[in-house]
Amino acid sequence: MTETSRMGRFVKIAVSAVIILVSLFLLQRLLTPKYVDDVVEGAFVAEYYEEEKDHDLIFIGDCEVYENFSPAVLWQDYGINSYIRGSAEQYIWQSYYLLEDTLRYETPDVVVFNVQSLQFNESQREAYNRMSLEGMEWSPSKVKAIFASMKDSENFLDYVFPILRYHSRWSDLGASDLEYLFKKKPVSFNGYYMRVDVRPAENVPEGRPLADYRFGANAWSYLVKIADLCEANGIELILIKAPSLYPYWYEEWDAQVRDFAQERGLRYLNFLELGPEIGVDYSTDTYDGGLHMNLSGAEKLSHYMGALLREEIGLPDRRGEEALSAVWEEKLAAYEAEKLAQYEYYGMDVE
Amino acid sequence: MNELLEILTDLHPDVDYETEEHLVDDMILDSMDIVSLISEISETFDITVTAKDIVPENFNSAKALYALIQRLEDED
Amino acid sequence: MLFTSYAFLGFLLVLIPAYYLVPKRGQQPLLLAASYLFYAAAGPKYLLYILATTCTVYAAARLIEDNALRQKAYVKAHKEKLSREERKAYQNGQKRIRFRWAALCLLLNLGILAVVKYANFVIANLNAAVSAFGGGEPLSFVTLALPMGISFYTFQAIGYLVDVYRGAVPAERNLFRFGLFIAFFPQLVQGPISRFGDLSKTLGQPHGYDAKQVSFGLQRMLWGYFKKMVIADRVLAGVSTIIGDPGTYNGAYAAVGMLLYTLELYADFTGGIDITIGIAEALGVTVQENFHRPYFSKSLKEYWRRWHISMCSWFRDYIFYPVSTSKPMQRTAKFFRKRFGERAGKRVPVYLSTFTVWLATGIWHGASWNFIVWGLANWAVLMASEELEPLYKKFHDRFHVDGKLWYKIFQVGRTFLLVCALNIFDCYSSLKDTFSVFASLLTVNNWHILWDGSLLDLGLTPLDYAILAAGTILMLTVSLTQRTGQIRPRIAAKPYPIRFITWYGLFLIILLAGAYGVGYDASQFIYNQF
Repeated sequence: MTETSRMGRFVKIAVSAVIILVSLFLLQRLLTPKYVDDVVEGAFVAEYYEEEKDHDLIFIGDCEVYENFSPAVLWQDYGINSYIRGSAEQYIWQSYYLLEDTLRYETPDVVVFNVQSLQFNESQREAYNRMSLEGMEWSPSKVKAIFASMKDSENFLDYVFPILRYHSRWSDLGASDLEYLFKKKPVSFNGYYMRVDVRPAENVPEGRPLADYRFGANAWSYLVKIADLCEANGIELILIKAPSLYPYWYEEWDAQVRDFAQERGLRYLNFLELGPEIGVDYSTDTYDGGLHMNLSGAEKLSHYMGALLREEIGLPDRRGEEALSAVWEEKLAAYEAEKLAQYEYYGMDVE
Repeated sequence: MNELLEILTDLHPDVDYETEEHLVDDMILDSMDIVSLISEISETFDITVTAKDIVPENFNSAKALYALIQRLEDED
Repeated sequence: MLFTSYAFLGFLLVLIPAYYLVPKRGQQPLLLAASYLFYAAAGPKYLLYILATTCTVYAAARLIEDNALRQKAYVKAHKEKLSREERKAYQNGQKRIRFRWAALCLLLNLGILAVVKYANFVIANLNAAVSAFGGGEPLSFVTLALPMGISFYTFQAIGYLVDVYRGAVPAERNLFRFGLFIAFFPQLVQGPISRFGDLSKTLGQPHGYDAKQVSFGLQRMLWGYFKKMVIADRVLAGVSTIIGDPGTYNGAYAAVGMLLYTLELYADFTGGIDITIGIAEALGVTVQENFHRPYFSKSLKEYWRRWHISMCSWFRDYIFYPVSTSKPMQRTAKFFRKRFGERAGKRVPVYLSTFTVWLATGIWHGASWNFIVWGLANWAVLMASEELEPLYKKFHDRFHVDGKLWYKIFQVGRTFLLVCALNIFDCYSSLKDTFSVFASLLTVNNWHILWDGSLLDLGLTPLDYAILAAGTILMLTVSLTQRTGQIRPRIAAKPYPIRFITWYGLFLIILLAGAYGVGYDASQFIYNQF
């Protein structure tokens, strides 16, 4: 083989390899859902990594945290720098690994975990797995989270190469898939998902009697692991049950969590019971009939939390920190703008 | 040989058995033809053709088939 | 490990480079180990079955050959001393010994196959018969898992045993090489049923890396994956909807189901064989073709020469010929010739032998009555067209249509529809359903479903239909092009950019249009309630 033909061969292979890799990468970017226009919940987990990671308080859990607490209020009125690592139907093992993942970057003073997800002993839907796990940056925690979450029909490779999962999405592509091919759009406010509209709660169904009220052993073991992890890192763990009327929160479930909290010396706040004290009004404070709080409800809960964190736990007021204040100033402006936009969108009077 | 050619011609009148050398490979004779053929030549030449003899090489031409018949006659 | 699983692709990704990196004498042991690993992945205990067949057939073949060699040597040594009669008597005696070994081994292996595959079928029929006569405790079913590919490797082993018995091939003396012949993983799942004489030419040999051969093999695999993943696995949803509910989906639906099933069967089976032959090619091993563009056949008889060739020729060589040349059959022929004349003497053995073959083919396909009826229906059609042959000939001579293009197309279309119709026996598991579906084709008038949108409720979206149509057109084009020879060498002769676009394009089509994985459905991601 002559020198030139060997060169030619090398160039041929190199160019082919580059074309293959680049085209596969672009296709993968294109086909993976962007979660910017609808189902923005899918983008929450990834958004955390854009942050300056210096939070006093981290929330972990499902929609019962990311729709019910507003870090903006906690900052504005209490100077508490917080972030919500929430995602749709986040299963408890995912919460645990998201916490582990968070600790790679920072160690907050307080972690708040919402206990509703104890109800599931195994992953229920692949789509929720994807929304909670895809956004995580690669780390041993992510790998463990994936293996803890996968259903039988799922495959680890589908997480490594999302194109294998979303290969048939080409028929659903929209303009935003091109627009956000490489850039991102902020969709939450420190993990908070804002909704201002109102749909009062009415006719909330009673919980059906269950055969067995004990939480599944797998789910429970992760609650223990979360508590252990916080203890090992000197973090104060607060367990909460958000004031969502549905899915039903059974008295028997509540008792198990209460016993656990007592045994481990943890605070447990059941907002279903605290509701009247805080002033939650299910005719004005929910946008979907009692499942989730709207902005009004979330701000009430945030105020309660803020006061508690300040007075009982003694989190400092950091509004004096210049750099942090500057960051928050920008965030608050966006927060206010979104409020106005939504009031207009839903045809509501500005407060 | 003439007897054999007669039997063969009876089976497929349009084939020139003197020259054709790929009767099986070109699918001129199919498995059913072969079975009819065997039952005829067994009768005519009083030989026993067994499944082991049914390989394309023995049936591809009239010449090969005739050689097979002679061999089998010899064995008896 | 399914051909379409990540695990299998990973397995190949390790095996193929390793195969060319190990020293040449390590290639066969590596392939054997890989084959057993592949087999064990389906269930480690199944290894026992394949090992039992391997060892018994290996031993029997050696015994048979040893005996034949001894006999030859003895006759040669005693040439002068033996009279013709003595020699004959000695040879016949030895032959009986060989026959006993062969028969024993055959019965043992067929016995294993019969028990694991047919025991419950026999029990169910016995129970039905017993209860029809109004009595008795029903027998309970046995729980035996069916080892993967047992029908294929058992038949392959039996073919080898018979070939050795007939003296057509030498017995394999190396147990590991023989083990590889039986267990060669690409053909374990769905054949083809290779002959020892064919496969051992390349399987037992060392192979150096040949870039062209490896890339041709990979290209063949890619084409197989296209057929399997883009077409077969996609059409499956529609087929199972229709077959799953024959009460609702009858008449025109059944006609649609028949076409879709035929498409699925073709794409799945020929695609799987493309993958098999492609893998073998990438390993330097030549596996015989199993299909020869079957849907271009002009008659059912021709179709069965071009579809699943290895199975059909197996039945021809090891059942049809032995049965039709057997002594009882010759006696039967004689009897009919005497009683009913020359023609009957010729036809009756053919009928009886082909009947046996098709009965066996039906049983081989599966342990249920619908397969048996399917086999016999094929037999009936073949025999009818055989009888009508003179009539056709007259028609052809009178109207001079033979060889005309439009008439060829008509014949091909007719054969295709015939095959589709016969496939109905193959897809419904109960005979009652099969016959009611057949009847509904003629009696139920619901042809409006073809254009009123009902076809979109079968689990196939308009996009699915579009992909299937495009894929079918591509397969058809490839088949038509293949009339004048293989395609890969022609593509290989083109400039590099064209080759690159062709094969990478095919890969991208499989990647994007393949029906694999969870499948994207936007509604799954609609966030509700939690």
